[in-house]
Amino acid sequence: MPVVRFWGSTIGKKVVMAVTGIVLLGYILAHVTGNLLIFVGASAIDSYAAKLRELPALLWGVRVLLLVSVVLHVVAAAQLAIRARAARPMAYNRFDPQASSVASRTMRWGGVAILLFVIYHILHFTTGHAHPAFIHLAPYHNVTTAFRVWWIAGIYIAAMAALALHLYHGTWSMFQTLGIEHERVNPARRRLATVIAVLVPLGFVSVPIAVLLGVIR
Amino acid sequence: MTTMRLRLRVWRQAGPTSPGRLVPYDAVDLSPDMSFLEMLDVVNERLIAKGEEPIAFDHDCREGICGSCGVMINGVPHGPMRGTATCQLHLRSFRDGEEIVVEPWRARAFPVVRDLVVDRGAFDRIIAAGGYISARTGGVPDANAMLVPKDDADAAMDAAACIGCGACVAACPNASASLFAAAKIAHLGLVPQGQPERSKRVLRMVSQMDMEAFGNCTNIGECQEACPKLISISVIARMNRDFLRASVFGAAEVERREGAV
Amino acid sequence: MDLRAKIPSGPLAEKWDRHRFEIRLVNPANKRRHSVLVVGSGLAGASAAASLGELGYRVSCFCFQDSPRRAHSIAAQGGINAAKNYQNDGDSIWRLFYDTVKGGDFRAREANVYRLAQISVDIIDQCVAQGVPFAREYSGYLANRSFGGAQVSRTFYARGQTGQQLLLGAYQALLKEVARGSVILHPRTEMLDLIVIDGRCRGIVTRNLVTGEVLAHIADAVVLATGGYGNVFYLSTNARGSNVTATFRAWKRGAAFGNPCFTQIHPTCIPVSGEYQSKLTLMSESLRNDGRVWVPKQTGDHRPPHEIAESDRDYYLERKYPSFGNLSPRDIASRAAKEVCDEGRGVGPGGRGVYLDFADAIARLGRNTIEERYGNLFEMYQRITDEDPYTVPMRIYPAVHYTMGGLWVDYNLMSTIFGLHVLGEANFSDHGANRLGASALMQGLADGYFIIPVTIGDYLASTKLEKVGLDHPEVRGTLEAVAKRTKRLLAIQGSRTVDSFHRELGTLMWEKCGMARNAAGLQQALRRIPEIRAEFWQNVTVPGSDAQLNQALEKANRVADFLEFAELMCRDALHREESCGGHFREEHQTPDGEAKRDDDRFAYVAAWAYAGENAEPVLHREPLVFENVQLAQRSYK
Ligand SMILES: Cc1cc2nc3c(=O)[nH]c(=O)nc-3n(C[C@H](O)[C@H](O)[C@H](O)COP(=O)(O)OP(=O)(O)OC[C@H]3O[C@@H](n4cnc5c(N)ncnc54)[C@H](O)[C@@H]3O)c2cc1C
Ligand code: HEM
Ligand code: HEM
Ligand code: SF4
Ligand code: F3S
Ligand code: FES
Repeated sequence: MPVVRFWGSTIGKKVVMAVTGIVLLGYILAHVTGNLLIFVGASAIDSYAAKLRELPALLWGVRVLLLVSVVLHVVAAAQLAIRARAARPMAYNRFDPQASSVASRTMRWGGVAILLFVIYHILHFTTGHAHPAFIHLAPYHNVTTAFRVWWIAGIYIAAMAALALHLYHGTWSMFQTLGIEHERVNPARRRLATVIAVLVPLGFVSVPIAVLLGVIR
Repeated sequence: MTTMRLRLRVWRQAGPTSPGRLVPYDAVDLSPDMSFLEMLDVVNERLIAKGEEPIAFDHDCREGICGSCGVMINGVPHGPMRGTATCQLHLRSFRDGEEIVVEPWRARAFPVVRDLVVDRGAFDRIIAAGGYISARTGGVPDANAMLVPKDDADAAMDAAACIGCGACVAACPNASASLFAAAKIAHLGLVPQGQPERSKRVLRMVSQMDMEAFGNCTNIGECQEACPKLISISVIARMNRDFLRASVFGAAEVERREGAV
Repeated sequence: MDLRAKIPSGPLAEKWDRHRFEIRLVNPANKRRHSVLVVGSGLAGASAAASLGELGYRVSCFCFQDSPRRAHSIAAQGGINAAKNYQNDGDSIWRLFYDTVKGGDFRAREANVYRLAQISVDIIDQCVAQGVPFAREYSGYLANRSFGGAQVSRTFYARGQTGQQLLLGAYQALLKEVARGSVILHPRTEMLDLIVIDGRCRGIVTRNLVTGEVLAHIADAVVLATGGYGNVFYLSTNARGSNVTATFRAWKRGAAFGNPCFTQIHPTCIPVSGEYQSKLTLMSESLRNDGRVWVPKQTGDHRPPHEIAESDRDYYLERKYPSFGNLSPRDIASRAAKEVCDEGRGVGPGGRGVYLDFADAIARLGRNTIEERYGNLFEMYQRITDEDPYTVPMRIYPAVHYTMGGLWVDYNLMSTIFGLHVLGEANFSDHGANRLGASALMQGLADGYFIIPVTIGDYLASTKLEKVGLDHPEVRGTLEAVAKRTKRLLAIQGSRTVDSFHRELGTLMWEKCGMARNAAGLQQALRRIPEIRAEFWQNVTVPGSDAQLNQALEKANRVADFLEFAELMCRDALHREESCGGHFREEHQTPDGEAKRDDDRFAYVAAWAYAGENAEPVLHREPLVFENVQLAQRSYK
């Protein structure tokens, strides 16, 4: 069956990663803008969270889409990583990379870090299991109380660093994978990747930092 | 004439299954105008004179076109000079007294035959899977009956310059053969004669590449730096595009004509 | 010895058509029943194996490299000729035919050369259909360049990598047949002997270069396309592995060797830089389109080129050959370079070099055009010499490049052993005493794509072949001979390396049997070679075993053959008391130093037959009759 064959091929898996990557990217873009409401004020973000709950169809639609994307993305990543390991059973005694960036070389572990973060993060802010003072539907309270603890804020900031690297290579790489390539668009690919890799994590970390600095309390 | 000395550490391995190790050789009285392979010749001459077995390495044309040669030189395929095959590398690109580690290409798909010699048969099998235009001898139209825009011809030639050395695989952290396969797919996909088999070609070559136990491409770009012909990874993007196109539209029709891909 | 060329009757232009009609064909159903061994995967071998596979024969293809794509044809740079007359500059099949016969100094067969010129046009069509990325005009039409020895622009090219692109085309066609199951590949497999059973060639004996396994392969016919033997000179533009072994062993089994002394010295190579030198690098002759060759007028003028005023320069090719100038044929350009260097006007270290200067061309056409045309060649030059040819003139010197001599074949490309066919540079070919640039690729592909697929059918259809098993005494005998020789080489355990012998032989051949030859020198060589050979068999050292990849052993095997073959070359050079093409006998030159042919005595192909271990080889002659061109003193003035 074509679909099976497609998924079975390395390029097919890469395309799946690129597409799911785009979905995830889209989500975090929306998410980061949502988060910035926190600077408008408690009511703004709390009511935003409440409104989301009034649209269960949308909410669950998004959740399902996200879950599926993450699963596909991760499974593909894992399978390809295992394959690539097997492809070079014996390491070089000396290897001197000429072109690869930290970002491109840390995609796999960075990805794992992001995965762990997301799991923790959902237990933390969505279900509250990892949050001592969790109040349902009160994101402002949840976030601010959480980030007053320096090391929790630290976890988030560290995670955003990992995300930055992942997006820096990922966003560029996905064009390559999808075959979107032309000497006229190539510079734009790099620029877009850089912008996203900088702005998105910045947007996210602005919150814990603001809390730490007491800008929002 | 100035002479040079190099402190070599060369991978010696008696056979595919036997263990290998780096063996130090002190190479003295070398000329900066020697090619890297001529330096190995000199080392070998001295080994043989001592009754020892010479270092086995692949080479033939010694002018950077046959693709036989190729070793890791201080962790870089074909050594420090960009766009240069090992046989065209001259000692003047090294410092006198420099230590140089020499290793074979390392990839599961390129088993070591002996010392620095590896088996690159997987490349032939990838081409055999579809890296051609099926034009039986005879019965073809006049050469000028089909026009090829100069830019396409030039782009095709850029990709066709691949010498099949395997440095791309050696350089790739995933030991991926993407640059090699993509170069041929791009060459044949860029000329009008290559269109009829375009879908079949990319589907077959990619599945063969996967069968050969190469890694996948994560768009890291080491290959293009290592390539003695400086083939650009834009050909990989092209291969991915063709593969996507063929998987969506081409596959069914190919199957109808050729049976399962 | 039967040297009938089997040239078809009738007018020149109709011979090939008529022949194809008259010869017997193997009917399609029977083709599967016939097996053919193709030794060699260069342009000739790959194109032959692919085309025979397409026809339905069961083909096996052998090469010593790890992949058929690495055959030495890959190194051809400049281009391939074809009488397409796309430039409308007066080219025609007849002109290509005439240029080639004349270029070969009237020592080639008219009928073969004419067929070659006819087929040349089909080759280009075939290669384009395969996707070979030939250079194009902006209009999308094919581009051409000029090459030595011709006044029309008929050379097709793919940057400086024409041979690579043509070979990859043939290689891909070959692998297409491998995928179809009609051809079986045997890379890293070297042919070490020929199996001949009651006068018919029935197979070969090979050594697997990885495992050392020695095997016999039986078939209905064998095709040798094993390239040239230029490496008898040690230093040449050939790949390191190029050798005479296959053809020489065939010679010892009864195939006549044609004109072994006809070697081509290429005028534009990078001069030798040191003892350690392992090969010479060619700078494509196409450079002579735009480069001007010169040396200082004064002997011992060691000023750097840019300080030498126009008036102190001698553009000797333009001076001596006004109408062809820098594009005069290879043998002539080479000898002219030797002359000026012998006069002490050579440039560069050792004084063995002349300038190839692009200053004027760059001024006229701009750096970009030159870069567009020769970019990769200039790079190659700079890599090797560390000098920038855009600013400093190139230094070039002649080097051994091609061997016109080879196994004798008839019009069907069959040697004097029934069933043994020889293609490409390995046969004595269509180039007479000198090959014009861009004609070897043409010949290799003509032989492989278009001639052998037809003519081999004639042999198979007209020959009754009984079954031969691996236990046949001849087969076992040949196997043992090969094994014995290998053991012997390993057993010597002397004190000199194979390369040191090869180098010694090469230097001797270059001095005595190179660009210019004379009786005294050749006699010296004939005395010296057996001495070197004797020492080789007592004092060579070959480490390692024969059950492994053993590159020293491979070399030893090849050099041992060069050491015998060199003698045959000198003997042929000595007997041919005339100068023609690449064969220049100092005793035979015109007052102004041009080659002086002796058509009354030497208008024939010298076909040498092996007569046993210590017996002198026997000379047979195939007279050359010229009905369509009249023999003229070759002049490019
Ligand atoms: C540097 C250079 C540049 C050239 N440029 C041009 C040019 O621009 N135009 C032109 O027309 N000609 C050119 N020539 C000449 C031309 O390239 C060759 O004459 C031609 O390619 C020979 O092709 P071939 O198929 O006969 O032999 P090759 O291509 O040499 O192939 C020989 C094959 O035989 C195999 N082989 C040899 N011995 C054995 C053995 N014992 N057992 C098993 N296999 C064996 C080898 O593995 C190889 O596959 C050039 C030559 C050189 C050296
Ligand atoms: C400092 C950075 C971040 C902050 C402050 C933050 C804040 C939040 C909050 C408050 C929620 C709960 C919303 C609600 O339940 O109403 C949430 C949910 C979530 N966040 Fe974040 N987030 C951050 C970074 C990230 C990142 C980097 C990712 C992805 C890689 C991410 C993925 C998610 C997901 C998947 C959910 C669950 C959405 C759902 O309920 O379906 N978050 N985030
Ligand atoms: C916010 C979450 C994530 C986003 C936005 C994201 C985005 C992307 C994008 C766009 C790519 C490029 C795909 C390509 O090369 O075509 C990519 C690649 C990758 N992602 Fe993610 N990803 C996320 C989470 C993860 C997670 C959780 C993992 C693994 C546990 C992961 C592992 C990888 C790996 C290994 C690659 C490289 C794949 C390859 O090039 O072969 N990613 N990611
Ligand atoms: S793509 Fe470059 S590196 Fe890879 S095989 Fe071809 S030439 Fe060698
Ligand atoms: S280095 Fe490897 S990951 Fe891709 S871009 Fe080149 S093949
Ligand atoms: S030896 Fe041919 S490419 Fe290096």
